[in-house]
This record gives sequence, structure tokens and C-alpha cells, in this order.
Amino acid sequence: MARGARTVKLGIAAGGVVGLLTLGPLVAVILRAEGGATLSYSDWAAVRFTVTQAALSAVFSVALAVPVARALARRQFSGRGLLISLLGAPFILPVIVAVLGLLAVFGRGGVLNTGLDALGLPSVSIYGLHGVVLAHVFFNMPLAVRLILQGWAEIPGERFRLAAALGFGPSAIFRQLEWPMLKGVLPGAIMIVFLICLASFAVALTLGGGPSATTVELAIYQAFRFEFDLGRAALLALIQLALTAGAAFAVLALSARADFGAGLDRPVQRWDANRTGLRLADCAAIAIAALFLICPIAMIVLRGVPALLTIPESVWSATLRSLAVAGGTTVLTLALALPLAITSRRLGWVETFGYLPVAASPMVIGTGLFLILFPLVNPVALALPLTAVVNALMALPFALRVLAPALAGIEADFGRLADSLNLTGYRRLRWLILPRLYAPLGFCAGLAAALSIGDLGVVALFAAPGTETLPLLIQRLMAAYRMDAAAGASLILMVASFALFRLFDGWGRTRAAM
Amino acid sequence: MLQCDGLILEQGTFRLRAEVDVPGPGLVGILGPSGSGKSTLLAAVAGFLAPKSGRILWDGDDITGRAPGQRPLSILFQDQNLFPHLTVRQNLGLGLSANLQLTVTDRQAIDAVLERVGLSAMGDRRPAALSGGQASRAALARALLRKRPLVLLDEPFAALGPALKEEMLALVAETLSDALVLMVTHDPADARGAPHALTILEGEVAGPFATDQLLADPPPELQAYLGSRM
Repeated sequence: MARGARTVKLGIAAGGVVGLLTLGPLVAVILRAEGGATLSYSDWAAVRFTVTQAALSAVFSVALAVPVARALARRQFSGRGLLISLLGAPFILPVIVAVLGLLAVFGRGGVLNTGLDALGLPSVSIYGLHGVVLAHVFFNMPLAVRLILQGWAEIPGERFRLAAALGFGPSAIFRQLEWPMLKGVLPGAIMIVFLICLASFAVALTLGGGPSATTVELAIYQAFRFEFDLGRAALLALIQLALTAGAAFAVLALSARADFGAGLDRPVQRWDANRTGLRLADCAAIAIAALFLICPIAMIVLRGVPALLTIPESVWSATLRSLAVAGGTTVLTLALALPLAITSRRLGWVETFGYLPVAASPMVIGTGLFLILFPLVNPVALALPLTAVVNALMALPFALRVLAPALAGIEADFGRLADSLNLTGYRRLRWLILPRLYAPLGFCAGLAAALSIGDLGVVALFAAPGTETLPLLIQRLMAAYRMDAAAGASLILMVASFALFRLFDGWGRTRAAM
Repeated sequence: MLQCDGLILEQGTFRLRAEVDVPGPGLVGILGPSGSGKSTLLAAVAGFLAPKSGRILWDGDDITGRAPGQRPLSILFQDQNLFPHLTVRQNLGLGLSANLQLTVTDRQAIDAVLERVGLSAMGDRRPAALSGGQASRAALARALLRKRPLVLLDEPFAALGPALKEEMLALVAETLSDALVLMVTHDPADARGAPHALTILEGEVAGPFATDQLLADPPPELQAYLGSRM
């Protein structure tokens, strides 16, 4: 078929670029890792810690998410839609900002310890394993709630009506309807959170550290940055690759869908939950989850606003660099995701390339890129472009997950009509696909921009003083105990991240409605 | 003339054979029980379903391998005949030029055809702002504009009320008199509006028959489908 041959070529080219950018660094890492470096005792400790914290984070995130999702599924209250939107916020909240917010609540001089102190109780420390897990739960419990809520939303309302007609109580409903759904949804949700937490870097960098709380990603960074031991960094990268690739396969096998909540704003009418005890339990679940999410964000605002007056100039230049990186990531993500998604409708295997980055972590790709580029150019000079590229690779799987079903819907609804009118290639793109794809494209652009501007990963490997992005600058300010400056910069970063998402997402929605 | 030459269509376990010559112009109904394969036949003629074997010819040319947009035909589906993000005028324009680069003549033709179907005032509206009958008229207007010698109607008026449906069929008969129009229907009353009919019974396309005679003396399988309501 000659139809749309150019689009197919573009898609294959995009797949090739992603393949090269992902597999190239992996090959470089593997070749370098054979160089005879051995793992020390502390490296094995890092492997153990990585798996332990990821497992704990996954189990806690999902276990805590179930009652919240259940409450949201069977309650209607004003602000419910807002709360569900809020559940999406941690996903685009820069990690370093959230850590600062969590420190303000749970840290040494934080709200919690001040309260405990006033009551004469001993204070708690946020550093170490439990701090890392706490931060991961903050990020991933909301994601798990949305995944599980999706499961609840997919139980047809008629089932609940039938159950009510048969006089089922809450426990019968749980056994007959909810538990079968949860059995299908929970393993996938646990694996997704586990996978995300395996590649934890920024949280471990700020709340972990030391021999007892170092992740493999952090160990790669340390081997690279402090010891410049490339052989060991490569070997660690290989281990990280084995961990994430294994978990990624498990995620695929469990076929959990990373949905972003279409149709979640529609509560199903329920007849079984009209009891005082259940109502109180649901209220408590929702209130605790909301407080857990809102408090750290509120603390960023409270501590950030006064600090804005004394912001050092370096923060503004770092903001500009971060915006440039986010812009580059956004353009690149769409330029890769759109052709990949379109072509994969014809050649399914092309889409696989788009998911390759799931198996590789940013530090692994960063190490590989450094190994490749080091003999040719000074990678430090390319710190910002490299960060933009790696961030685009990391955003790509999410973008594909959004665009592919949207495209499938467009083709299902209008594909034959377009075929019968001979709308092919560019004309199909211009008159059918783009106009109907604005909303998901805007969402993807917002996601890519927000993820990129908040990213604290590869940039930490490469950036020299004076070329930091905003998240890296915040981390360095924190490390230098300049907490006021860090708080002000965090507020700017949080606003920038949310604003970028709103801007692109809003643009897409407006264009789609026009 | 549309010819199905040893045509065999397969979808899963479903199998349909067609060996018919349908001369045009004129209105030809396709009669058969639901699930008999009426839409399947149209999908194959339109190029959405590759035949298992056999050929489809138009005026002697083999069109079996051509892409849907390259065939000498227009098709109206049951629904989704208009792009919701484009105006009526743009939807019609796509029927003339897939680039929507329209000449003055094209624009005049669009206005003329809109007037013909009674939608002169609706050209700049989006499909969402049209009633069901108006949307059907817009889709029909595009088929008129394309002036293809073969028009396939896959029950595009099924969602309209009886009076509106009758009106649309009269409009089809009046405006598409130069074309061969194949019209899927499971309502014998609609079929009477077409002088000729194909039948699809037990996996076999047959005809064309004179519709009056067919309905007056139907073969047993068709009788079973039609029941006593004649």
C-alpha cells in the first residue's frame, strides 16, 4: 500500500532515533562494564536498599490508595472533581519541591515535630528508609488511587443496581463485585509504583544518602561525580538496567493501564453505602489523603512567598535555563510521539521503540551518553541539550499511552469516511487527525514540559556550577543550608511546572473546542 | 455497470458469495435479513474489506485492488458521515479536494448543491448544530458534489423518522438519477422505492430482480424473513 508512505517513513525514523538514543547508551554501558570493575559491599547494599524501598513504597502506596479510591468511588460531594484533579498534581510536581514541602511538614523543624515537641513527645526523623518511603508514597499513592478508581469506574453501574435489587450488603458487594476488580487491578498498580520507585534518584539524594540509604541510581551518580570511576558507574548502570527491565516486563505482563483518568468524574450511584460507619470511614479516608497532599504544597507556598523578596539572581537565570530545557523536551516529545503513534497504527512493532525508555533509567542513559560523547566532545558543555533529550525519552512512553488510544478512537470513528474521501498522508493529518487530537496533544505537551522542568536527574551528572537548572540549583541551595533561597526557588519552580501544564493542556482543550 | 465476478467475502466464520451484474443508472435495493451480509457487501465494493477471492469491476475496469478513495464511488455510512470539527461547507469541500484548496467554481458548486438539498443557510455551521435530517442532507450533498457514477447507501437514514426517511429517499431518487445507487435496507417499504433489488439469502447474493415481482412472489427464505407483513 502506497497510502501515507511518508508518514510511515517518519514513524520508522522516529522509532530509529529513540532506539539509537536508548540502546546506544545501553551498549556503551555494557561494553564498559566488562572492564573488570567489581562491586563493593556498599554497592550490594545499594541494590538491597533499592529493592526494599521500592517494594515498601509500592505496598504502602497501593494499600493506602484502596480506601481512598473506594471512598471516592461511592461518594458524591462538592469538590470531588477538584480532589481528583489534585490527585494528578504530585505527578507533575517537581520532586525536589515536594521533598522541600515534606521537610517543612515532617522534617526536623517541621510542623509535625513542632507539635510533638509542644506535647512533650520525642521528635521523628524524616531521613533514611522511612523518609524515602514517605516521599514515594506522597508521589505514588495518588497515582495508585487514580488507577484503582479507574477499576471501580469500569464496574458497570448496572451491576450495582442488580446487587441492590438482590439486597447485597457492603460485604457481599465487596466479595462479588469489588474484590474481583481489585484482584485484576492491584498487581498492576503495585508493579507500576515499584517500577517508578526503582529509579528513584532525587528523593534518595535528598532524604537518603549514606551507606544505609543509597539507591543504585544514586550510587551511579556518586561513582560518576565524586570518584569518576566510569567502570563502576557502568557496572551499576547494568544492574539498574536489569532491575528496571525486569520490573517493566512484569508491568507489561500484568497489563496495567496507566490511564490518566478519563471518566473519573462520574460517580456511580450506589445503594449499599448508606450507613453511618461507612460514611465516617470514607470521610476519614478522603480527609486524610487530602491533608497529606495539601499540607506539603501549602507549606511550599507559605515558606516561599516571604523568601521571594530575597531571591538570589542565580535563581532567575536557572529558571530561564529550565524553561529552555522544558521547551526542548516538549517539542522533541511531540515530534517523536506523534509519528510513532500514527505509524504504529499500521506497523505495530514501531510502537515498541517508544516504550524502550521505560526499561532504562535516566542515570543509565546519562552514563551511556557520557561514555559515547566523552571521547568526542565535552559532555558538560552539552548538559542542557542532553537533559532535554533524556527528559523527552522519559516522557515518551506517557505521551504514547495517551496518543495511541486517542488515534485509535479517531480512526474507528472517522477512518472509513476519510478513506472514502481519499484523505491520506499529510491531508489526513491536516484535516482529520490534528483537529481531533488537539486535546490529547496539549495534555502530552503539558506533561512533557512539567516533567522536564521539574526533573532532577541527568542534569546532576553533567551540569557545572553556573549552568544549573532550577531543580538542581534548589538541591544545591538545600545542601548549602540556604533554606530561604531554596524555598523561594521551589515556589517559582512549582508555579512554573503547574503553569506550563495548564498552558499546554488549556491550549489543547481550547483548540479542540473551537 | 457493477460486476461481482466470483466474489467471495469472509469475516471470521461468515462467508458471502456474489456473482452478479448490476447495470446502472438507477436505484437498486439490497434486501436481506439482518446479519445476512448487506453491509459486508457494500464494505467490499467500497474497498474496506479485501475479498477472499474474485473481482469487482466497474464498467469493465477491475477495481478490486484500489484504495477506497480511488474508487469511482461515494458511500454514506449509518453514522459519522461528517467530520464534527469542520463546517458543513468544509465537509463538502473535502469531497472535491482533499486539500480543501477550492476554486471559485468549486465554491459555486458547493453553494448550488447546498441549495439543492435545502441547506443554504447552514453552510457555516458545525455538524453538532444540525438536526439529524439536516446532517443526512449535508452528507447527501457531498455525494451529489462528488458526481461519482456509483453511490452506496449503508442505511444512512436509519435513524430518521419514517416521514423524514421517505423524504430523503425521494431526494436521493431525484438528485442521483444519473448514478447507480445501491441501497441497503431491511424494510420492504423502502425497497419498493427502488425499481430493482438484490437479495442476500443464505450467504449468496442474487439479482437484480424487479422489486415488485420479487415482493409479490418472494423465494421461501425471503418470505420467512418478510413474514406476512406485505
